[in-house]
Amino acid sequence: MKPSLTSPDPLRLDVRNLSTFFDTDEGLIRSVADVSFSIRPGKTTALVGESGSGKSVTSLSLMRLLSRTDSTQVSGQALFTNRAGETLNLLALPEPAMRRIRGNEIAMIFQEPMTSLNPVFTVGEQIAESVRLHMGLDRAAALAHALRMLELVEIPAAAQRLHEYPHQLSGGMRQRVMIALAMACNPTLLIADEPTTALDVTIQAQILELMRRLQRETGMSILFITHNLGVVAHHADDVAVMYAGRIVEAAPVRALFASPQHPYTQGLLACLPAQQRKRELANGETRGKRRLYAIRGQVSSPLAPPPGCAFEPRCDHALAACKEAMPALESAGPQRVARCILVSEAAPLVTETA
Amino acid sequence: MKIPLILKKLFRRRIVLGAAICLLVVVLVALLANVITGYDPNETAVSQRLSAPTASHLMGTDELGRDLFARIAFGGRYSLTIAALTAIGAIAFGTLFGLVAGFFRRLDAPIMRVVDAMMSFPDILLAIALVAILGPSMFNVVLALVLVYTPRVARVVRASTLVVRELLFVEAARAVGVSTARILWRHILPNLMSPILVQASFIFAYAILAEAALSFLGVGVPPEIPTWGTMVAGSQQYAHDALWVVLFPGFAIILTALSLQLLGDGVRDLLDPRLKKSM
Amino acid sequence: MSAPLIEVKNLHRYFGAPAKPVRAVDDVSFSIQPGETLGLVGESGSGKSTIGRTLLRLIESTSGQVLYRGEDLGSASSSRMRALRSKLQMIFQDPYASLNPKMRVKDILGEALQVHGLAKGKVARNQRIVELLELVGLRAEHASRYPHEFSGGQRQRIGVARALAVEPEFIVADEPLSALDVSIQAQVVNLLCDLRDRLSLTMLFISHDLDVVEYLCDRVVVLYLGRVMEVAPTAELFSRPLHPYSQALLAASPKPDPEQKSVHIALKGDIPSPVNPPSGCVFRTRCPHVIDACASARPELRDMGQGRFKACIRDDIALVTA
Repeated sequence: MKPSLTSPDPLRLDVRNLSTFFDTDEGLIRSVADVSFSIRPGKTTALVGESGSGKSVTSLSLMRLLSRTDSTQVSGQALFTNRAGETLNLLALPEPAMRRIRGNEIAMIFQEPMTSLNPVFTVGEQIAESVRLHMGLDRAAALAHALRMLELVEIPAAAQRLHEYPHQLSGGMRQRVMIALAMACNPTLLIADEPTTALDVTIQAQILELMRRLQRETGMSILFITHNLGVVAHHADDVAVMYAGRIVEAAPVRALFASPQHPYTQGLLACLPAQQRKRELANGETRGKRRLYAIRGQVSSPLAPPPGCAFEPRCDHALAACKEAMPALESAGPQRVARCILVSEAAPLVTETA
Repeated sequence: MKIPLILKKLFRRRIVLGAAICLLVVVLVALLANVITGYDPNETAVSQRLSAPTASHLMGTDELGRDLFARIAFGGRYSLTIAALTAIGAIAFGTLFGLVAGFFRRLDAPIMRVVDAMMSFPDILLAIALVAILGPSMFNVVLALVLVYTPRVARVVRASTLVVRELLFVEAARAVGVSTARILWRHILPNLMSPILVQASFIFAYAILAEAALSFLGVGVPPEIPTWGTMVAGSQQYAHDALWVVLFPGFAIILTALSLQLLGDGVRDLLDPRLKKSM
Repeated sequence: MSAPLIEVKNLHRYFGAPAKPVRAVDDVSFSIQPGETLGLVGESGSGKSTIGRTLLRLIESTSGQVLYRGEDLGSASSSRMRALRSKLQMIFQDPYASLNPKMRVKDILGEALQVHGLAKGKVARNQRIVELLELVGLRAEHASRYPHEFSGGQRQRIGVARALAVEPEFIVADEPLSALDVSIQAQVVNLLCDLRDRLSLTMLFISHDLDVVEYLCDRVVVLYLGRVMEVAPTAELFSRPLHPYSQALLAASPKPDPEQKSVHIALKGDIPSPVNPPSGCVFRTRCPHVIDACASARPELRDMGQGRFKACIRDDIALVTA
């Protein structure tokens, strides 16, 4: 979403033309290609995609957590506005400066809380470490702060948990610890990479509720990476849909669900059983087991991308022109963009349901 | 020429490529010994004993005037054969015991106690004791070394079996109704090939060294048989005046063992991440 | 009502020390009619996967019975069990791990045929393999490839083909969609539906994804910590869940529609450990409607009429609707 001209607030994060290529034995893999999106202060932007979409690599590229080898090429800009109001390009910062930002201004939580926490340190020590590093507190003060963090994320018996090891906690608790760790230095941006995918549904609901509350209280922005559209519908303000390393559509959440523009987004929404049910109800049908709409085929190998639009082989609306060139990301309405030649501001694409 | 991807990955480290080439050279020299060298390795020429390397004797001659290069080339056949047989034997028996111990819970403890007992002896000592009991001959040396190295292989194979046994496709095979024997043969064993292959290359290397050590100590192959070890043993007293008589056989031993080890390292590095990916 | 195809009676499966066992499955009973698709839903620790495996005797039960057409599977000899396996098959959760990476597709399918003496002879077998591949939406040329050459969705299709190769009557589908992308899930769901109808299969569909269960299943069993909380026909369960846990479970899954207000029954606390289950009703530690009586005795599964059962002593709970 390009910032509207009337909005005076700077964006928390403005990603422009981010590309990450990996040079492997099998060939050049364009994991992320020309990705641009933005995150508003205090809001949640969801990055949605399936496997191979490049969403995780995007977040790792932004945090500069990819291994710095010759075979990894990252380009583009990631303009981040920190607490003090300065705008920095994350991709151009020297490593010491980036280290001051990680865990401090920008925090990250991952999918697997078991492997993201160090098993040989207690929970309290791990949180305290981050605090001491970034806020310069001494050991006792850092532990006290860690305790406050555990209470902030509503871990019962926090004082006891402070001295426990990760393996003594359940999956949901460990994810809360991860969040506490991330919140310890009061970040302005939280990157959450599939934080609830590995959790049970009832625990997921708790964690999402917690994140929403923390966002309300601290005003931090969240970049929420997920493939779960249900979570996106209720916990994101803006959505960017990724396919094969590119953004194919971006819009405010309600607009995206109400009228998806890109055929991939349309297909993704249409193939959900819940959407099928909704269609049946809307058409006044009883529960008949009509076939689900399914996007045919599968995503192409990153080593052999299609010549034009990446989605063309699976698209029900593909034209000959789609094979010729990759469409550009263009405006598709107020605060909306889509990467499809069939979409324009004047005549948004309408699908017939299968 | 299109290089297969697997070779490209294996030889990504130059040193592994170098090791493979060295090994290839050693094997070729041994195989083509009678073509490459002009001399009979057993032909003595006392007049030319202990002569330094020259154009006609590339590596000089030993204490009986035998051409050293010819002896090393032919000796290679013996050393490599003994080591190869050892590796094959240790792999075969080690895999059998490891597989059974890893798969059948009740046989695990008894087999592994025997393995532990055997491994508590230092390799060379055990080998020496066995050859001393059995008597020096090529067959007995191979037998002794197989006995020494089988426990090592068994342990590694058992560990891998424990892992593979729990994998989903094994359960899927049971769900289809596949018999236990077939599961072991068709499902478990092929998926142990990676660690087995790595072990094979290391055992090969150890066997070269072990045979050399045993022969050097006089409890290996009978001295009439020209292995690299017996060459060093037989010529050691002349080393002071004619360094080449021990230098070249020793060099052959080191080169071969080292190349095998490096190649084994390379194979292990290649197979490990692929193992995770394909599983 | 005809005789059930599968009957599970008082199934228990405990792991570990007899003194303090992990109660993975704690007295579960249900039955499955021929041609029916029964959904088994629950979170971690619910025992749903264990039940699936115990049903096919991939794990031995601690006590209780599993009857297939009246025959007790627990007392079947190993040769009888092997023959029965052609009738009872499983589709596994992880398509990346459920196929032997060293075997070609034709070997995987061929092995299944060979074990049960089907399609004897090279020609017949190859023909049958091609038939099976086409049945699941793959092509003949896929037979000579290795699993790693396929995507997740395709591997799952191969898994389905393997299960169908032995011509089963009953299939346990253990979370077959969890490891797949959303767009691929729809393909596999359609495949399962088609095959089920075409081959008149009876299915036990184990899943934690309630939307798919609602779409696919005729009846649903809701599990929590190894025990049955509720049994109901699908439409009834999803429109009017009776048990507090079912209500919370349904409320917790976010619907992919920003306009639909989600009901907030955020359950407090974590799922208790199956080694130390709470006394009485295991759900009482998190139940928003808990009363003192809940701790005294384990609630029995009460028949509420019209095929609905619930394990809760209270009848006066109203679901807070959106």
